[in-house]
Amino acid sequence: MSTAAEREAVTSAVGAAPDRDWVIVTRGIKREYDMGGEIIRALRGVDIAVKRNEYVAIMGPSGSGKSTLMNIVGCLDTPNAGEYWLNGQLVSAMQDDALARVRNKEIGFVFQTFNLLPRATALANVELPLVYAGVPAAERKRRATEALEKVQLGQRMHHKPNELSGGQRQRVAIARALVNDPSILLADEPTGNLDSQTSEEIMRVFEHLANTGQTVIMVTHEPDIAAHARRVVVLRDGTMASDETQAQFVARLGIHAPQL
Amino acid sequence: MPFLEAVRLALQTIRVQKLKSFFTLTGVMIGVMFLIAVVSIVEGMADYVENDFAVSIIGTNTFTVRRYPNFQDVSDEEWRRLQRRPRLYAPAAAVVREALPSATYRTAMVNESFLPAAVPGLRPRSVQAVATEASYFDIKDYEIAQGRAFNAQEVALGAKVLVVGSEVASYYYAGLDPIGRELRVTGIPYTIIGVIEAQGSVFGFSLDRLAVAPITSPLSRALRPRGDVEEVVVQAPTREAILDGQEIVRGALRAFRGLSPGEEDDFSIASSDAALSFLDELKGKLVLFGTALPAIGLIVGALVIMNIMLVAVAERTREIGIRKALGARRRDIIAQFLVEASTLSILGAMIGAGLGIGLAQLIAAVTPLPASVAPWSLVAALVVGAGVGITAGIYPASRAARLDPITALRQE
Repeated sequence: MSTAAEREAVTSAVGAAPDRDWVIVTRGIKREYDMGGEIIRALRGVDIAVKRNEYVAIMGPSGSGKSTLMNIVGCLDTPNAGEYWLNGQLVSAMQDDALARVRNKEIGFVFQTFNLLPRATALANVELPLVYAGVPAAERKRRATEALEKVQLGQRMHHKPNELSGGQRQRVAIARALVNDPSILLADEPTGNLDSQTSEEIMRVFEHLANTGQTVIMVTHEPDIAAHARRVVVLRDGTMASDETQAQFVARLGIHAPQL
Repeated sequence: MPFLEAVRLALQTIRVQKLKSFFTLTGVMIGVMFLIAVVSIVEGMADYVENDFAVSIIGTNTFTVRRYPNFQDVSDEEWRRLQRRPRLYAPAAAVVREALPSATYRTAMVNESFLPAAVPGLRPRSVQAVATEASYFDIKDYEIAQGRAFNAQEVALGAKVLVVGSEVASYYYAGLDPIGRELRVTGIPYTIIGVIEAQGSVFGFSLDRLAVAPITSPLSRALRPRGDVEEVVVQAPTREAILDGQEIVRGALRAFRGLSPGEEDDFSIASSDAALSFLDELKGKLVLFGTALPAIGLIVGALVIMNIMLVAVAERTREIGIRKALGARRRDIIAQFLVEASTLSILGAMIGAGLGIGLAQLIAAVTPLPASVAPWSLVAALVVGAGVGITAGIYPASRAARLDPITALRQE
């Protein structure tokens, strides 16, 4: 864990590539949308720095800009202004196909609605990022099988998504996110479509991943879920409202730190 | 994404939506089917003309000496000029025969036309009456199935004998032995002495409705009231010897007619090649018209595939979003949809080619038209299939590739 002063130093060094420890550094990121003549300022200058192996929750009410930030961090979108460094690469200046490459290699997505291909088996779904990485078929199968075994779905590899429970589907999505060994696991409301018991199960998986060195960034609007992360960043009106440790966050909200 | 991967994905998508895929590819299928059927029939006709037709109608390695050229369009003025040519009589035919080496070349004077033939108690029918010499049977390579051909002596005497085709024998004397029986042609009785083995038919025209008599018999007068000869058929020993034979005949006839070097021939020498080139021209026209209609079918097929692919892109927006999020580049998405469209189209073309071959065989079986499947037409079917698929797929594929992943993922 790094200190607030260290973060301040990294995010203010405009134009300089951050050193290897920093997986994500954004400097003054702005994103505006033109909605039929009306300009929506979704992000108004956000500075965030995330070190390797951190487990961060990004919180905020709807309209706070957290989805926009998650799209930019996930390289699905680019900012209008500011810098975004991902794993030492300046991705804010990249074009379509270059961004696709970065998404493929650096980012593992977990979505609220799972976003599995409905007609493909769990194994085929997990193989998908490897297909676009150009991995040969035999190795693809081996690595996808391994990833599914890690999330205890080794027995369900040949099932299609509609033959799996919600928790199982989300675990397939996690296996898919991890199969390319990404720099960050980026989860967007990962428990939004799950009941509380299954949500706990998914949070245990995240906890385990964070403990084994995976960088995890999770976007959520539920404080109970955010409380699982080691660090909680709150956005409001397109700017960062707070950046706290798990202990500070839990104490401020008067809730218990989750025991898993 | 590797090419094979894209093909596998396309086949999987097609398999999942069997019925929809089938309807998608019917346009291309029907287009290719008719294309193959038409080309097969036309090729079959060409094969037939070159191999069988030329032999059975015109004869192997033959040419004819005639007053007028055959198989030719002429203007009125040309026609009047041709009519001033002298008729061909027996002495000229003798000049032709004597000019050629008799050991290797065969000649026969021939008059032929359709004439009514009758026996008492049966409705008269028209038969192809031929008045000729004994060598005619060798030139035509006719096998005698029953009885015998007439001989040189009977030709010298002008005997009223007939060698008939199998259909003539079976019509007038069904279930009876026709040898020694009578057949009246234009009212004059002839004795049947032989039956020619069945020859079959060409384009529905029977080759067995034939009655051959000596050129000296009254049949000749019935065919040519002026007593001239319609044509002298010459058979050369080899294909190469045809030209030599034609030159010898030309020289001899020009001398006989007393033509000076500046004057044109006042007779025509027609080889089977001339007839064949006429038929080649006909074949070219048939191919052109025969492929225009299937081509319209293929255009419709392309539009159907394009439409279905546009629907597929709309339906699978979310899938495209997922793929892009996981690292698919534009070219990967383009490849996926192009290969899918092409696979559909090639599949349609392959089924169409199969059905086309079947259709050609069916037509060959139930009609007199022959069929022959040209290997190049199968290659063409595949190329057409791929071409239609790629053309129809480009626009939908590029639309899919340009989708914004965020918007695409939000799609329900």
